[in-house]
Amino acid sequence: MDSKRTYPAKPDSVYFFGTCLVESAYPQAGMAAMRLLKEEGLRVVFPRQQTCCGQPAYNSGFAEEARQVARTQLAAFPRDYPVVVPSGSCAGMMRHHYPYLFAGRPEWEQTRRFAERVFEFTEFMRHVMGATFEDKGPPLRVTWHSSCHAMREMQVTEDSKALLRQLGRVELIELEREDECCGFGGTFAVKQPAISSAMVYDKTEDIRQTGAERVIAGDCGCLLNITGNLEHRHIPVRGQHIAEFIWERTHA
Amino acid sequence: MLNVTREKILSRLKAAIGDTVPAPPTVCMPIATFSPEEKIENLRTRMEAMRTEVHLVQSDAWIATLKTILQARKLKTLVYAPDTWMAPDIGQAWDDDSTDLPAKIPFDRPIEDFKGELFEIEAGITTTCGAIAETGAIVLWTDASEPRTLSLVPPVHIAVLKADQIYNSFCEIIQAQNWTAGMPTNALLISGPSKTADIEMTLAFGVHGPKELIVLILKD
Amino acid sequence: MPETQPFDFKANIKKALADKQLGKNLKSAMDGLRVKRRAVFADTDELAALRAQGEAVKQRALSRLPELLTQLEAKCTANGIQVHWAETVEEANRTVLNIMQRHDATLMVKGKSMLSEEMGLNHFLEDQGQEVLETDLGEFIIQLAGEPPSHIIVPAVHKNKDQIARIFQEKIPDTPYTEDVDALNAIARKTLRQKFFSGQVGLSGVNFAVAETGTLCLVENEGNGRMCTTVPPVHIAVMGLEKVVEKLEEVPPLLRLLTGSATGQLITTYFNMITSPRRPGEKDGPLEVHLLILDNGRSAILDDPELRRSLQCIRCGTCLNHCPVYVRIGGHAYGFVYPGPIGEVITPQFEGLEKAGDLASASSLCQACGEVCPVKIPLPDLIRRMRREGVGQGEDGCVRGFGTKRHLLEVLAWKAWALVNRYPRLNAINNLVLSRVGNRMPRLGPLAAWTTGRTAPRFAPKSLHQLADEEGLPHA
Repeated sequence: MDSKRTYPAKPDSVYFFGTCLVESAYPQAGMAAMRLLKEEGLRVVFPRQQTCCGQPAYNSGFAEEARQVARTQLAAFPRDYPVVVPSGSCAGMMRHHYPYLFAGRPEWEQTRRFAERVFEFTEFMRHVMGATFEDKGPPLRVTWHSSCHAMREMQVTEDSKALLRQLGRVELIELEREDECCGFGGTFAVKQPAISSAMVYDKTEDIRQTGAERVIAGDCGCLLNITGNLEHRHIPVRGQHIAEFIWERTHA
Repeated sequence: MLNVTREKILSRLKAAIGDTVPAPPTVCMPIATFSPEEKIENLRTRMEAMRTEVHLVQSDAWIATLKTILQARKLKTLVYAPDTWMAPDIGQAWDDDSTDLPAKIPFDRPIEDFKGELFEIEAGITTTCGAIAETGAIVLWTDASEPRTLSLVPPVHIAVLKADQIYNSFCEIIQAQNWTAGMPTNALLISGPSKTADIEMTLAFGVHGPKELIVLILKD
Repeated sequence: MPETQPFDFKANIKKALADKQLGKNLKSAMDGLRVKRRAVFADTDELAALRAQGEAVKQRALSRLPELLTQLEAKCTANGIQVHWAETVEEANRTVLNIMQRHDATLMVKGKSMLSEEMGLNHFLEDQGQEVLETDLGEFIIQLAGEPPSHIIVPAVHKNKDQIARIFQEKIPDTPYTEDVDALNAIARKTLRQKFFSGQVGLSGVNFAVAETGTLCLVENEGNGRMCTTVPPVHIAVMGLEKVVEKLEEVPPLLRLLTGSATGQLITTYFNMITSPRRPGEKDGPLEVHLLILDNGRSAILDDPELRRSLQCIRCGTCLNHCPVYVRIGGHAYGFVYPGPIGEVITPQFEGLEKAGDLASASSLCQACGEVCPVKIPLPDLIRRMRREGVGQGEDGCVRGFGTKRHLLEVLAWKAWALVNRYPRLNAINNLVLSRVGNRMPRLGPLAAWTTGRTAPRFAPKSLHQLADEEGLPHA
């Protein structure tokens, strides 16, 4: 996690790992990400056997259950295509925690090689594809929320913001406490609801203070949490995944 | 019983580390290197930022500066160690003219016979064995010739430092002065007057140690 | 620490979150500490090098612990320091009391020491009729208030100046109410100076103990630590056995990391290196110096290669300052001596999971703690490990109370989750069900917790799999 990674040349095909939250709650974000990848000339493969990266169980102490589920993913992405993930958190799980999860086990070598192929979506678009976007939308003020794992594990916050900054008519207003967790933390939100609520309240307050009309994020866990609290508090700021936002801005 | 405890702890530790291969030793590197002038400047800047009063003086004129400082503060008592290199200078200077100067009191008895007096004295003066430019600290090497409480109990601490004894880093002074060959009862790094931020993170000076630290840097 | 009532984390959290003054006090203090730390470590390359060095020094020392402790003992003994060993806090407290009694001492002046908090030393000595006085300003304040520290470095950080003014007015005779920080400081100085003068025994912790020279290093700003270790005729230093390092040269990087991480200082006012009691011809300093080396569960922690890394801790407190949970609930809510991320890791190991396993739930695993730890303890990994130990997973299970946080419903839920996510066909059915009835789920259990501060999640009418099929995306 200490040094910046080196990136491969543009491939012909990529795998797309949708994540469980995109699967059931934010499928449009997943579709937008895949369409953007296709527009870069890539063949986007969506293996139907994929499910969840396993992080919820892993973070709750249920490592064995996480391993069982992780094996399903290892099997679902057999070729050496890059695996693009529209979530810093799930990408971090697959890239940094799979090797730990399988340390000392037969799958370790396979896991390590798999982990090398995992990329967060904005990281991949920026560093591997060198994607450029033409903004076709009306002027808009947005703010950006980075997930903790995108920031600290995948270290891709700057990549996401670099993509947003390509959108000429989008004004990006940064949060005052961008580096602070929104309080989602997977099962943390339900195991420590009082602390989690206090954290998301402060996050949405920060968002409100920017005066932005939308909050863009790269992780649907955070989005679920933040938009849930924004609605709960009747704050009229819309939350959107960065892939869906970029698709919307470039296809207005 | 205590030896049993010791053996039990050590054998548990031995069993715990088993055949762990120790990580390789690390090398201590001075982080910065300064020219002699930069050393003085950096030390001064760092220590002034910690609210230390720093005076850069010619070696042969330091005692005059000391007198001025003491007179300006209207201090009544100054404690010093009678066996240091600077004690004769102080003796001579006071003999020459002690107008408006504090009474100089030698720390010449064990603290048990001196404690009551010491806790009432207004200022103490000490030598230093060097300083650290990088972080900004003077180094005191207390021993039979210079007691520890001199730089601790009186509300004003005056320290005299020779400019050629300023080192780049803490590591450097440890190596250059071969500290590992023999540490004194007490070695000290001091970067400023006593301070605290325990109340609302508000910085306040002069808690339990000296309220003022004055450093005289003597250069040739 | 003796507890008056059983630890109820949920209740503590509720109380802490309801205390708006506490929240304000903590926020402003922690914000300040983070800003100062960032400024002092502005050179990120230098910080990375320092952290690597700090980690290596501590790891090397841990891997040679018996050897270094033996060397430290031999060197200290040769220097005239009397070395004592204790397996438990009871033994440690008894040793301290014996030394006091041997000198007919009735007043101990104490420098700040988290280990003495771990020992519950003050309560123990007070029960034995001894007077024990905390002399660090923050510790002094909370001792007057009858509270334990709420932070490793800034123990009274949960109090603001009006609260402190009231405590001083009530507890120190002839003290007027004042909110002026300098005046409060002067009151403490005056009160404690008399005690330094008359204290018969001074007690301190140890930040680093250097094996090659037998030197005890103490880091402080106020001068009270120097007072406690210099003025009374007897000095007792207490250290956890993980505090030993081999070489004096290894101390400077650790010192930089400690002061920078703890308070954003390049160096503290004092760095106090004590190598012996008063030597012949010297005019002051204690006539006796005792070093007490305490295990209290540390050797068991060393036994596990992963958990061992928690012994690298230099007690800087920066993981607390950066923890979004600590910043909101403060140290007291954690119920034990060490709060915050490091507390979530070491407290269950000291106290057992049954008593303290819930602490590991107090993390969103945001990794801020791991990112700033000056000796690179993988705190998030270790918090996860505590959760694993709590639910009884893994063949590694070595923490006391392994599996005591295992609840049948939760186990079943994860088994069901694993089933649904192992088999793509089941997963498809699950997603179908979610899309049909997910938005009409009763607000029970986890959903009830979720909706305390948020609207319920909304599931899309079509899953990503369905949309991918419709778009004809290739399978392989």
